[in-house]
Amino acid sequence: MPVSRSNEAAATSGGGHAAPVRAPRRRALRFRGDLAIAIVVLMPSIVAVAIFIYFFIAYTFYVSVVKWPTLLPDYTFVGLKNWINMFQDMRFRIDMRNLALYALGFMTQCIVIGFLLASLLDQKIKSEAVFRTIFIFPFAVSGIVTGVVWRWLMYPSAGLNQLFGLVGLDFLKSKWYTDPTWGILAVTIASAWQFSGYVMALYLAGLRGISHELKEAAAIDGANTWQLYRRIIIPLLAPVTFTAVVLTGMGSIRVFDIPAVLGTGAAFSTDALAFHMFQLTFQSNKMSSGAVIASVMIILAGFLVGPYLASLQLEESQ
Amino acid sequence: MTFQRAWSRGAIYFVLIAFAAWYLMPIYLMLITGMKTFDQVNIATMWALPRGISLDGFSQAWVKVAPNFKNSIMITVPAAVISAFIGSINGYIFAKWKFRGSNTLFMLFLVGMFLPYQGILIPLVQTLMALGLYGSIVGVIFVHCIFGIPITALMFRSYFAGIPNELVDAAKIDGCGFFGIYRWILLPIAFPAFAVVLIWQFTTIWNDYLIGLVVVSNPRLAPVNVAVQNLAGTYYTQWQVQMSGALIAALPTIIVYLALGKFFMRGLLAGSLKG
Repeated sequence: MPVSRSNEAAATSGGGHAAPVRAPRRRALRFRGDLAIAIVVLMPSIVAVAIFIYFFIAYTFYVSVVKWPTLLPDYTFVGLKNWINMFQDMRFRIDMRNLALYALGFMTQCIVIGFLLASLLDQKIKSEAVFRTIFIFPFAVSGIVTGVVWRWLMYPSAGLNQLFGLVGLDFLKSKWYTDPTWGILAVTIASAWQFSGYVMALYLAGLRGISHELKEAAAIDGANTWQLYRRIIIPLLAPVTFTAVVLTGMGSIRVFDIPAVLGTGAAFSTDALAFHMFQLTFQSNKMSSGAVIASVMIILAGFLVGPYLASLQLEESQ
Repeated sequence: MTFQRAWSRGAIYFVLIAFAAWYLMPIYLMLITGMKTFDQVNIATMWALPRGISLDGFSQAWVKVAPNFKNSIMITVPAAVISAFIGSINGYIFAKWKFRGSNTLFMLFLVGMFLPYQGILIPLVQTLMALGLYGSIVGVIFVHCIFGIPITALMFRSYFAGIPNELVDAAKIDGCGFFGIYRWILLPIAFPAFAVVLIWQFTTIWNDYLIGLVVVSNPRLAPVNVAVQNLAGTYYTQWQVQMSGALIAALPTIIVYLALGKFFMRGLLAGSLKG
């Protein structure tokens, strides 16, 4: 690899003065020895990642194709029976629908609000730091705390509905998370409250990376604000949008805390895959059924890991 | 033209202030609710300011969550420090001791950041039971350290990659080996990276719910976010206790964020997965 070669080169040029023949070789050997030390030091982490991530993923898939219906392990192979049962399960189907709605609502809110706020903050705003601090701080707050507070904010007879009533905006009143069909979208309001500031921070960093000359050149060419954003800024921020999509997509697949606070809702309208998996595995002891959902979550995450790693590889090679 | 400009500036500030109010609203609600006496707490007057300052809600919630708050400190501080240390070593190796396949190995590490924990919970619990770590605070620390490996390696690798190789090469010529370079060259200038990683890990681990819930079954050993969720279940009608408990659980990370915002921001950008 390039680095070890440059080590030897450095050793040769550095040792050239004192002991022309022997020192370079001794150094070169020593650096190869140091590289071996590096690999040995890295080894515990490699083993930990190999076991706790890769082996565990494989094991979860394995559990999903064995019997194991109770707390006591039963490794009788049953093929795809658990999977077929799960895909016919009503709650699982609702979970998949909820995931689609959640991802749509959560990603849209985070990206639109994040981009909007970043663009506004980039307009040489007084006390920008204060606004930035306020927008990002919910990211420091846990999902449980977010869930507890928003449960009361979206409580049908209190919270936001009461506030809307006080200021005469009754048409905004909603059933929020108690809505038997669209409850999951109310959950995304709470989670976007928590996460949109993070997306704002990503976009703001991206905007700060766009040179002023470029914007001025566009202005001289007669571009209006809309054209500037449409033709220059949004395309240049595509990598940020990609990152935001991956992060919010991950957040959608693994969402657990807020549904855990709100409960599954009427007809599972605020249920999530992660919460269903938890209840099956650790409350009903249906290990193999839980493993099916866990495997589905891993597969879904895989759809995001692939493009992300590809983009990273592209970046490294440039 | 100037009128139009003033109008658009006004509109920008209006939107920013409206969003600021939106983001602050839950904190406002937690604060005023906690400061109300019990007879003032009424869901119908949720938004009304408290008459005078009482700490009834907070003190009642504190009694309930204090032991778990302590557990969270016992979990979060060691786990953040240990995983930052592991991350600094791994990041150093991935940045400065590249070997055949080290970049691929690094990518394989990064996959761990995408993993939904549900995907590994079943074997994790079995393994912890076999190791005798299940149900203990040490077990929770152990799990957070393992799953902190990818993100901490990423953050330190990015930081160390920005340090010129010439510096490392010069140290080698001066006779520094693997540990010498880490100890004498990189560690003394790694303070900002340690601050970023420690804050990131502190926030992540403090805010964790799932690992605490699954690994510790005894509610007395559970971290604070598990306790807050239990409060919400058992004190369903006394919502001021829930709100105060939630605020108590949120305070440490909010304080860290306000006090060390610069490092927190850097963590946000580094944690955004860009290597």
